[in-house]
Amino acid sequence: MRLIYPENLEDIALGAAVLGTGGGGDPYIGKLMGIDAINKYGPVQFVSPEEISDDSFVATSAMMGAPTVMVEKLPKGREIVDAFLALQTYLDRKIDYTTSAEAGGLNSTTPFTVAARLGIPLVDADGMGRAFPEIQMVTPTMYGIAATPMAIADEKGNASIINTMDNHWTERLARTICIEMGTTAMIALFPMTGRQLKESMVPGTLTRAERIGQTIRQARQQHENPIEAVRAVVGGFELFRGKVADVQRRTETGFARGEATFQGTDEWEGRQLTLRFQNEHLLAMRDGQVVASVPDLITILDAETAEPVTTEGLRYGFRVVVLGIPCDPKWRTPEGLALVGPRYFKYDIDYIPVEERVAQTSRAVAV
Amino acid sequence: MRIGVDVGGTNTDAVLMDGMRVVSWYKTPTTPDVSSGIISALEHLLQESQVPNDRILGVMIGTTHFTNAVVERKRLIPVAAVRLGLPATESLPPMVDWPADLRDTLGNHTYLVHGGHEFDGREIAPLGEKELIDVAADIRSKGLRSVAISSVFSPVNAGMEERAAQILGEEVPDLFVTLSHEIGRIGLLERENAAIMNACLGDLAVRIVNSFRDALRRLQIDAPFYISQNDGTLMNADFAEKYPVLTFASGPTNSMRGAAFLSGVKEAMVVDVGGTTSDVGMLIHGFPRESSVAVAIGGVRTNFRMPDVLSFGLGGGSLVRQNGSVRVGPDSVGYELTTRGLVFGGDTLTTTDVAVAAGYLELGEPARVAGMDRDLVNRTLDEIQRSVDVAVDRMKTSAARLPVILVGGGSILIGRPIQGASEVIKPDHFPVANAIGAAIAQIGGEVDRVFSLERLTRDQALDQAKQEALSKAVEAGADAATVQVVDVDEVPLTYLPSNAMRVRVKAVGDLVLSERPLAV
Repeated sequence: MRLIYPENLEDIALGAAVLGTGGGGDPYIGKLMGIDAINKYGPVQFVSPEEISDDSFVATSAMMGAPTVMVEKLPKGREIVDAFLALQTYLDRKIDYTTSAEAGGLNSTTPFTVAARLGIPLVDADGMGRAFPEIQMVTPTMYGIAATPMAIADEKGNASIINTMDNHWTERLARTICIEMGTTAMIALFPMTGRQLKESMVPGTLTRAERIGQTIRQARQQHENPIEAVRAVVGGFELFRGKVADVQRRTETGFARGEATFQGTDEWEGRQLTLRFQNEHLLAMRDGQVVASVPDLITILDAETAEPVTTEGLRYGFRVVVLGIPCDPKWRTPEGLALVGPRYFKYDIDYIPVEERVAQTSRAVAV
Repeated sequence: MRIGVDVGGTNTDAVLMDGMRVVSWYKTPTTPDVSSGIISALEHLLQESQVPNDRILGVMIGTTHFTNAVVERKRLIPVAAVRLGLPATESLPPMVDWPADLRDTLGNHTYLVHGGHEFDGREIAPLGEKELIDVAADIRSKGLRSVAISSVFSPVNAGMEERAAQILGEEVPDLFVTLSHEIGRIGLLERENAAIMNACLGDLAVRIVNSFRDALRRLQIDAPFYISQNDGTLMNADFAEKYPVLTFASGPTNSMRGAAFLSGVKEAMVVDVGGTTSDVGMLIHGFPRESSVAVAIGGVRTNFRMPDVLSFGLGGGSLVRQNGSVRVGPDSVGYELTTRGLVFGGDTLTTTDVAVAAGYLELGEPARVAGMDRDLVNRTLDEIQRSVDVAVDRMKTSAARLPVILVGGGSILIGRPIQGASEVIKPDHFPVANAIGAAIAQIGGEVDRVFSLERLTRDQALDQAKQEALSKAVEAGADAATVQVVDVDEVPLTYLPSNAMRVRVKAVGDLVLSERPLAV
């Protein structure tokens, strides 16, 4: 167990935005909200999965919706706690811990608000090791753990409990409610035991995010190449370097969906990369050829500072580096690919791990 | 011919240019009223060059006045920051992430009111008109004269900001009103920050722009004048008076472009040492490297398109203190250098005095510092050099050695090699690089329009907006061969039945060198 103070949150939000692959929300807003909660209610107890007992009770806390909305309609502040308490009341038992559903600039810090306000510890894990757009896209789904009962709340004072027959239905019903709430909502879900958490979730995600954040910060301070530092710490590959030439982005069906086009610079001069996204980056194509796809991570970094750029922050003219990062091995199983592979997102291609794609294409440089 | 002027905290520089040729230049201390400094600089220019007033086609003014006011927390007026968004947004109220001293300077007057829109145009809540009447009463009782209004998703629907401005305007006469949708894009906190900073500069903007007008009138120069914006393009004076926040970072942009122009070097670090502060930035292909991430000004986060520049407190007027160790700056005697500096008969030890004592230059009465302790001189120079080395190192994006271009009047302080520099270049006219940058400012053309996608595809709408922006830039005086699109911002307006989108495009090009007035 260790205590998390405001200064730790900065690294966590920054590193989680790298793992967020364009989604998971703006790390700046995430940092401000987490810091505000810790300043008001004290440091958060942070425990590793091994530290919690098998029969303890856990639920994940997250923000749901489109990141394009989150940068404008900031939370009231208590809806995340409302959702958590609504779930606890419905279950009629105390929830001992909370944890993250996904790693993302905002969603890595969302559970800190719950932990600080309710004085419960936060478990260092998440359901993805990255961010994905839909509720069922977490490793616990593969282990048969139900997302419901689930609570959803908004800033206006609306709240609802959802019970569904499977996690795909949870996504469908929750998304409809979320859209009515303005395409942002706070949720508490996946109530499970400590034993289930240890078996099904990705351990250590927040510590990994913190280490990535620290690496970026230190590389900048020590004047090393921060892009190379990130690439090394995540074990990724530089897929492209270029300038944003076009961003097509719409808030539709409860997500930020769209496509971005980059014109190559430096050794990629004259070439082009397109990126498809649904909150998170799903598919990267270089000159018409797929170079990385879900469930591997596709991350955009500012070409100079290695600041992760979210899809809602992508702007015409930005100079960026595109990294491909291997995903957690759980996603590379047939069950994992059925849940989050390219075909689920209606791309008619086989999943090929990013490291194999890079080895196949001679031009990709693993700097 | 054109005149470029740089009104800094310490000096007012002016340069007369004929096409791309520097005809003459002059540097004089900035005066408290601003205008008499400009007058004396311009009088000198015109006299020396014997150019009649009517040959001047335009005056381009760059000023760091507004940035400095925020950085120094001086000359700012208290602001009522009114946000329309309840019940949302309460967790992060206006100015939540501002430095406390700046928030205090502005009086901490924040108001959260019901209102704002969802992304799809629905209302989060109806506008709290009664609440606004109460806000107005409070503004009146506190005697506030400037208000910044921000509303959730106002780039999608600006109606509530406009209605709130109307209500407050009726209740409180003569209010200076800034609406966030007029200066910012999506991203509530950054847009609101820009609006609040604009609001706190309300008085200063009127005063400074009037002093520019006044100076030109008294010199009987009829030519239009323009003010440099943060991205290095020009805006007309009336616009600058309403939106002073748009001048932020124009100083470094001008000096970096001036440095590239004077040296002919396109890949380099630029160090501009002024009277109070120094700016360090990087030139890539002859242009300042822009920051992709949010830029903080005076500690406040914004999302303007502007160069990535590091400013620190070293200048020709910086105070030198000895108290065990030697400290340089960050405070400066500013424009009082010529009365307070030792070599000018004053009693304050400044960096300029040390440079004179070291024999870097002759100025004032060198005899007054001839006996200065050598150890103090050396330690001060060490400290100056160290601060420049650190700043250059911080702003470099790779370990490779690059040329360093030194500009600005204060660059006489730097007489030793700079760490990490392949060479140090001090071009001709280096003291007035900033004014030259203003004179060769780029010309922009902007389009901000709602397109219905009923008969047009998205690509057609974007192309149309880009073409319009390009021709607007050329019409305004940009060289067609250099003009290019630098910014595209697209906001889907899904609430409109025809599936519309709002498109903002900016195109920018080099100033064309014909003798005709600009149409900015």
